Amino acid sequence: MSGIIDILTGLIIIVGAVFTLVAAMGILRFPDLYSRSHAASKAGTLGSGLLLAALALHSGELGVVTRAFAAFLFLLLTAPIAAHLLVRAAYYVGHKPWEGTQIDDLAGKYKDDGRNLRCDSHD
Amino acid sequence: MTTQDFLVLCSLIALGVLVVAFLVISVRIIIGPTLPDRVLALDMLVATGIGFIAVVAVKTGYFLFLDIAIALGLVGFLATVAFARFILKRDRPPEADANLIDIEHEAHPPRDTDSKSKPTVRVRAGGGAS
Repeated sequence: MSGIIDILTGLIIIVGAVFTLVAAMGILRFPDLYSRSHAASKAGTLGSGLLLAALALHSGELGVVTRAFAAFLFLLLTAPIAAHLLVRAAYYVGHKPWEGTQIDDLAGKYKDDGRNLRCDSHD
Repeated sequence: MTTQDFLVLCSLIALGVLVVAFLVISVRIIIGPTLPDRVLALDMLVATGIGFIAVVAVKTGYFLFLDIAIALGLVGFLATVAFARFILKRDRPPEADANLIDIEHEAHPPRDTDSKSKPTVRVRAGGGAS
């Protein structure tokens, strides 16, 4: 039984590390901030979550499992919030999307009065 | 080869892969053309660090490392939020103008008290048109 858990843990660790590497490659290779943000917040969260799950599976103690689950939940909650805040700030300040971008739904919607964000109309 | 050896081997391979991921993200931090790119890469670096700590905890058996991972995640989130606020609040650097677009206004007028009244007029005009 312990052997099966060891093998399973090893496989999950490998998969999680590969997901993290894929996210890192996405950060390096994607053309602009907005697509890079996708790679970081999706694949990166999954990679770290899988590694934490492997730790929980390997330990088998209730305290460690609970803490690993709490860490994973925290990561799952905060990664999209952080990515959204960062990308919204970058868009508002005026960082251009990649020129191959097809649709920019927010084009011309943000009014700049220096302090607050505002969408003027919902059509 | 026992299953314990297999686990240790997998941990070593995963640590190697994670080190490569660290290096790749570091390249983005160094070359990253704008500040938000670097902040995003730092956020990813923290997430990779959490995974790295988890693998080290599996390999060594010291499960107390998990508390460090939780604290690191908290600090990383707060740092990203603070950087996002900073990017939002700061003025535009002139050397980054090649990467910037004019959203609505022309030639970045200085943010004085006079410009406060203009957007309300613009918003009203937009609302009337729709």
